[in-house]
Amino acid sequence: MTETNQPIIQIRNVSKRFGKVTAVDNISLDIRAGEFFVLLGPSGCGKTTLLRMIAGFELPTEGQILIDGQDMSLVPPNKRPVNMVFQSYAVFPHMNVTDNVGYGLRISGVPKSEIRERVAEALELVKLGGFEDRMPDQMSGGQRQRVALARSLVMRPKVLLLDEPLSALDAKLRAQMQFELADLQDKVGITFVTVTHDQDEALSMASRVAVINKGEVAQLAPPSDLYEYPANRFVADFVGSVNIFEGTLTLDEPDKAAVDCPGLGKVYLNHGVTGPHGANVWIALRPEKIYLHVPGKGKAVRAAAQDAPDGHNFARGTIKGMSYLGDITLYEIQLEGGQIIRVSRPNLSRHDQEDFTWDDKVSMHWRADSPVVLLS
Amino acid sequence: MFNRTAIAPLEYTRKLWMRSWVGLTMLFLYAPLIVLMIFSFNDSKRNVVWKGFTLKYYEKALNNDSLVEAMVNSLTIAFFATIISLVIGALAAVMLWRFRFPFKGLVEGTMSLPIIVPEICLGVAFLIFFAKVDWPTDLPWPLNLSAITIAHITFCFPFVAMVVRARLASFNKEEEEAAKDLGATEWQAFRDVLLPHIKPSLVAGALLAFTLSLDDFVITFFTSGPDTITFPVKVYSMVRFSVTPEVNAASTILIILTVALTFIALKYQGVKGISDAH
Repeated sequence: MTETNQPIIQIRNVSKRFGKVTAVDNISLDIRAGEFFVLLGPSGCGKTTLLRMIAGFELPTEGQILIDGQDMSLVPPNKRPVNMVFQSYAVFPHMNVTDNVGYGLRISGVPKSEIRERVAEALELVKLGGFEDRMPDQMSGGQRQRVALARSLVMRPKVLLLDEPLSALDAKLRAQMQFELADLQDKVGITFVTVTHDQDEALSMASRVAVINKGEVAQLAPPSDLYEYPANRFVADFVGSVNIFEGTLTLDEPDKAAVDCPGLGKVYLNHGVTGPHGANVWIALRPEKIYLHVPGKGKAVRAAAQDAPDGHNFARGTIKGMSYLGDITLYEIQLEGGQIIRVSRPNLSRHDQEDFTWDDKVSMHWRADSPVVLLS
Repeated sequence: MFNRTAIAPLEYTRKLWMRSWVGLTMLFLYAPLIVLMIFSFNDSKRNVVWKGFTLKYYEKALNNDSLVEAMVNSLTIAFFATIISLVIGALAAVMLWRFRFPFKGLVEGTMSLPIIVPEICLGVAFLIFFAKVDWPTDLPWPLNLSAITIAHITFCFPFVAMVVRARLASFNKEEEEAAKDLGATEWQAFRDVLLPHIKPSLVAGALLAFTLSLDDFVITFFTSGPDTITFPVKVYSMVRFSVTPEVNAASTILIILTVALTFIALKYQGVKGISDAH
């Protein structure tokens, strides 16, 4: 199935309140057929509640959820064309793998021969061939998750819901499952809706991500847009690592802009912002987009001049902290104004991390298209 | 001395003082029962000193019609009390676990009252109750046991409810949701997911209820009619005259019966399953 623009799930002005607590606050969004959609947010932001409302385990206090054009308000979970993979996997402990995977088909009265065929097919899909007679307590967490996946996929749902699917796995397995899930989704062509608090997970698997904060959608965008063009400070900070500086918009023309940041100096951009002149704005600058230089050689100034001809994106500071992470080294640099800025630098050669050390004076520059101006 | 390995701190089973302590505990617990069983084979009326082996008191006990009748009554009462306690207790446990409703704490507290209230008070209460409602005492067997059975259910079902409730606490609600998500109705989800989970606690609860009912004396004494006598009450009346080996023989039969029953239940369910239930 190719990705079409026809929404398979329409969430319309949905709110959910538990007593006085508003878990989901007037969310509207469309999920397209065939996409890998991720709900990303910190714990307690309402993303799981939203997923459970799609599955039918919670009813919206207000608003409406449509699946494949049909209003789901009065449809109980066992009648919805969606299936869910639970955070705890919820594999039935007293049934073996075959019985677990075949459960849904069995109770809906599918003939035995067809059940056998479809269960085998599903187990093949999640690479669990040969595990048919295993009991869940004889399996690892990763294997149990595959059982849960197969148990849902065998029902051929229109949408597969996954609640924090990778949170219980160790780091290596998680990275592997990220690829496998994306691959699986590609193979079966079912729409996946995943809930996660892990930004890496969201960025690596999703075709689109909805960042949820305090029950509202903070931004809905493909992963790269989310990272490179965050819509507000929450998204910029939640997705990846970022330096944020408060400033005033002093120049705003169609092809250039400048923000005066007390902590950082004047920041030049090679595009317009379309904000009111003198407005209070924030500059978001990713650590990997800042170049480090040994000061006093003029290299930084020349590079800055080349990258931002209208004004130099340039700063000086002292290294106050560094952590060597293998592939990159992370520096915490105290600017002349006293604020801390984080810079990451790839270790392109084996000796790169030896170039800078604690208390070194350094110069920095960044390109004029690197900073993002945030209005909220 | 040097060929022995040192005793590790947690190897309690290799410590002499621990072994003797366990041995003494076992002796304290089981010596009376073993003596009772041994003396059921004693060829003596007085039953104080060992006079020789005989099976005649077993024969006598089994030919004692009123003793056999008491035994059959006890087993019948225990059987029905267990079944009904199991159903009521399990349902009560599921209700308390699943739903939120006003005065839930009160309901929960009231339910466990029969466990706390002294048996003698319950016995008197039942005596007065059945007298006041004019409960018929001249019904044909086994209906003449109804009053005792009802009384037994009252103090048995809270135990079942408690055991099942404890087991339910470890239930992962997502399993039930998963079943429904896969198309199961409320009943199918209960049957296929919740029931298998609480099964060990049902077996444990049934065992508890059965043994509680079988050996209850106080409440039964107050609720039994003139023609309904149970085994403990019968034994009590026999002992009033003298402790004959006949009583020993009957008791031994009862012990073997309950041990066998427990053994079957454990075998069927697995010891682990039942200990998990607590």
